[in-house]
Amino acid sequence: MALAFDEYGRPFIILKEQDQKTRLRGIEAQKANISAGKAVARILRTSLGPKGMDKILQSPDGDVTITNDGATILEQMDVDNQIAKLMVELSRSQDYEIGDGTTGVVVMAGALLEQAERLLERGIHPIRVAEGYEMASRIAVEHLEHISKKFDFEATNIEPLVQTCMTTLSSKIVNRCKRHLAEISVKAVLSVADLDRKDVNLDMIKVEGKVGGKLEDTELIYGITVDKDMSHPQMPKQIEDAKIAILTCPFEPPKPKTKHKVDIDTVEKFQTLRLQEQKYFDDMVQKCKDVGATLVICQWGFDDEANHLLMHRNLPAVRWVGGVELELIAIATGGRIVPRFQELTPEKLGRAGLVREKSFGTTKDKMLYIEHCANSRAVTIFIRGGNKMMIEETKRSIHDALCVARNLIRNNSIVYGGGSAEISCSIAVEAAADKYPGVEQYAIRAFADALDSVPMALAENSGLQPIETLSAVKSQQIKENNPHYGIDCNDVGTNDMRQQDVFETLIGKQQQILLATQVVKMILKIDDVISPSDY
Amino acid sequence: MAIEKIFKDDASEEKGERARMASFVGAIAITDLVKTTLGPKGMDKILQSTGRGHGVTVTNDGATILKSLHIDNPAAKVLIDISKVQDDEVGDGTTSVVVLAGELLREAEKLVAAKIHPMTIISGYRMAAECARNALLQRVVDNKENAEKFKSDLMKIARTTLSSKILSQDKEHFAQLAVDAVMRLKGSTNLEAIQIIKKPGGSLMDSFLDEGFILDKKIGLGQPKRIENAKILVANTAMDTDKVKIYGARVRVDSMSKVAEIEGAEKEKMREKVQKIIAHGINCFVNRQLIYNFPEELFADAGVLAIEHADFDGIERLALVTGGEIASTFDNPESVKIGHCKLIEEIMIGEDKLIHFSGVEMGQACTIVLRGASHHVLDEAERSLHDALCVLSQTVNDTRVLLGGGWPEMVMAKEVDELARKTPGKKSHAIEAFSRALVAIPTIIADNAGLDSADLVAQLRAAHHKEGCNAGIDVISGSVGDMAELGISESFKVKQAVLLSATEAAEMILRVDEIITCAPRQREDRM
Repeated sequence: MALAFDEYGRPFIILKEQDQKTRLRGIEAQKANISAGKAVARILRTSLGPKGMDKILQSPDGDVTITNDGATILEQMDVDNQIAKLMVELSRSQDYEIGDGTTGVVVMAGALLEQAERLLERGIHPIRVAEGYEMASRIAVEHLEHISKKFDFEATNIEPLVQTCMTTLSSKIVNRCKRHLAEISVKAVLSVADLDRKDVNLDMIKVEGKVGGKLEDTELIYGITVDKDMSHPQMPKQIEDAKIAILTCPFEPPKPKTKHKVDIDTVEKFQTLRLQEQKYFDDMVQKCKDVGATLVICQWGFDDEANHLLMHRNLPAVRWVGGVELELIAIATGGRIVPRFQELTPEKLGRAGLVREKSFGTTKDKMLYIEHCANSRAVTIFIRGGNKMMIEETKRSIHDALCVARNLIRNNSIVYGGGSAEISCSIAVEAAADKYPGVEQYAIRAFADALDSVPMALAENSGLQPIETLSAVKSQQIKENNPHYGIDCNDVGTNDMRQQDVFETLIGKQQQILLATQVVKMILKIDDVISPSDY
Repeated sequence: MAIEKIFKDDASEEKGERARMASFVGAIAITDLVKTTLGPKGMDKILQSTGRGHGVTVTNDGATILKSLHIDNPAAKVLIDISKVQDDEVGDGTTSVVVLAGELLREAEKLVAAKIHPMTIISGYRMAAECARNALLQRVVDNKENAEKFKSDLMKIARTTLSSKILSQDKEHFAQLAVDAVMRLKGSTNLEAIQIIKKPGGSLMDSFLDEGFILDKKIGLGQPKRIENAKILVANTAMDTDKVKIYGARVRVDSMSKVAEIEGAEKEKMREKVQKIIAHGINCFVNRQLIYNFPEELFADAGVLAIEHADFDGIERLALVTGGEIASTFDNPESVKIGHCKLIEEIMIGEDKLIHFSGVEMGQACTIVLRGASHHVLDEAERSLHDALCVLSQTVNDTRVLLGGGWPEMVMAKEVDELARKTPGKKSHAIEAFSRALVAIPTIIADNAGLDSADLVAQLRAAHHKEGCNAGIDVISGSVGDMAELGISESFKVKQAVLLSATEAAEMILRVDEIITCAPRQREDRM
């Protein structure tokens, strides 16, 4: 009601210009929101699982992205609806927190909304539905803990980690060489991981791509690559046992920040200034040379004269290196970033066993490899592939795999994949539902049904009969009291996920259920949508 | 309750069959576009740019054609991208890769219509591609050990590559040029060292390879036109007014005489600089930046040849060729490496004067001078030559060689067919389709040459049934011929790249079941 009356009976307006706003209230608002959420989930549903399809996304500038990563699809989708935006947020937070399962979480949320709609139609209050969902999610998460397995790996035995990463990669276009990529990802994560603290800093892994070659040529470099070449074409292309000076000051005369003017009014001043300038360049190079540096990496540019002096003194240099790369180089080589030439000391130099320039293809593409660094913990994954979209998609896939490996190092519990965890949870929630008195019981049962939708989508995408397959697996789980049965997407012949070696991280799954429930609760609680009309 | 709109106004979404249809249509349209340029009898295209001047390009190079197209279809963009990558990676086969990918999609479309799931098609294609690659690997010829034979291999490859281009009339001549140029590189793939200079006039046959280095510049006035045993200093330094680089410095004077003094000092400074340069004991000075008249005069007085404003590539190449270093300071003459060459002279090509450095120290670099009737011919000739050079330089690194003329495709098709017969399940349809797509390439080559493709390909297939057959399409005589005798060869690396990236692209497009297009960014109307 946009109009109210005060105690004297005079009307006053609460919502201004109401005819220019669209407004939905009550059950209408909830239904509209639910249908928007469902629409988003429906788009992603076909991308789920190893046989999931990709989407082409065309950006406003006409660039094409081909992906099946849920978070990426939603991010680039140009969504306008508020609720749809919530779903986008949902997928993004899963991406930030876990890195994988971004599609699954949206599909889950969509299924929960669908079930909620039915309950609302029956006249159950949305808050009761939300509460029922909350209870159910708690049961599901506990159950997941119950069926999860700890699994052991060490730095020497990476096989289990590789298997998990392969599960993640198998749903991407790169599944042709998932073994290769999974090994690379695990090795990369292990080399930067702090196994005692169970922490992994993914910033130390740099993922670089260059078109050309084939996916199999993707490699892990124990070091850093920089997309730059030596500042002077005649500098040596390979340096062994390099001592690296990392500078953030340009090889140019200083530019004091205070305003000043140097006036030249006599010939003498002109001469001294000139000598000064020459000496300045000489000093800069000399200082680098004095501390024993054999390679200079600089964030800024060089003057031609400085460049030649560097070349002349046999001091190879790289210019215009980005800040992030500079930092990575500093971490990898154990050097310090030096902001002023005066502060250069031998201790601040970084060390690397080998620095080399490598060229690619027929064009003049060159990259600098810094390898065998003092601190070998920074690594680079260097992706090759047939075309730009392939590289981009591989980058996203590798990111997912890296996240999975990191999560396993943080918490080594796993649940089995292929929808088996969801089916098992569904059974547990269903069983628990009967114990609850009150209306929530319905909501909890609905939650169990919603859990079924993930394996259902998996079966559907794999070209199986969804209902038939799901009920078969479910009855098998109950009969044999074994939570490892799932959907046999790849037509292997068994649906025991333990034999197929398909597993996912426990925290990933738990997070999916929790996040999906939270968003659905939020959507259900909305009973009034006020938006300014478009024009 | 109507479903709320979730996209922005102009954004559109296409799903399932429709999306797949859109990408098939787009990809096949692109394929049909470039298809007619394939093979020795392929036709050229005229491309007119929409930019200022409506520049016209005549070409038969797949990558060039596709690069200049404005395409809106996302699937078509994928194909353009693979052709571009093919160009960057191996330089040739840019049309073939698009045609193969297009044919794979055309076959896939039929399979999808027959209710076979795209994922099944993909896994079939993958098996087929692997099998085809192995088939090629078994049949490669590697003449790395035998230098003589390898050189003849290179010649054959160059001839085959050039035969589909505008240079085909003079392919013998140009193949020789390209092979000579690449052999000089001695295994490096740095094509920068080969300079191509285009000069309109004369005929294509007048093009030649020069062992030395040609700089497209004039010699300054009053300076020697011919220097023997030249000592060259290659520099990158300001020879106009040498600015004071210390920040904030400026000249402030209060009388005219002071101005003259400062000017004098400046001149003095320049003179000193020139003296220092001359003190290097050089008789030729090449600078990247401008040389003003004053220093030029000084150089002329000292009998030093000064060349100004050579572009950066020219400088780098010259430094590479003469073995000198690019200098920017001149205080230590003894430690600067100075380049040498036997003779510098001014030569005339057509109407232009060029500077010719001959007898250079490092034999790696060379210059190819292209002559031809018009700019369009020259541009296309350059592209063709570039293709040949790329392929050759890649072949020097990976010396495996295959026969050409549709032979590799037939070999692959045969092996893939075998595989299809052995594979149970729906995948075998996809594998069969792969082999059909491979056969489409010789079919198109024959079609483009105006031959009876159905008959020829059938003959070819029959011929390939025998082990160790070398049969391919001989476009000249219009029949099936022995490719080994005809000397038609291709580089293994190119064929492999074609096969792999075409499969990859087809796979990528097949996996798509939804296209979401964002609203195009609104451009400000400048009208």
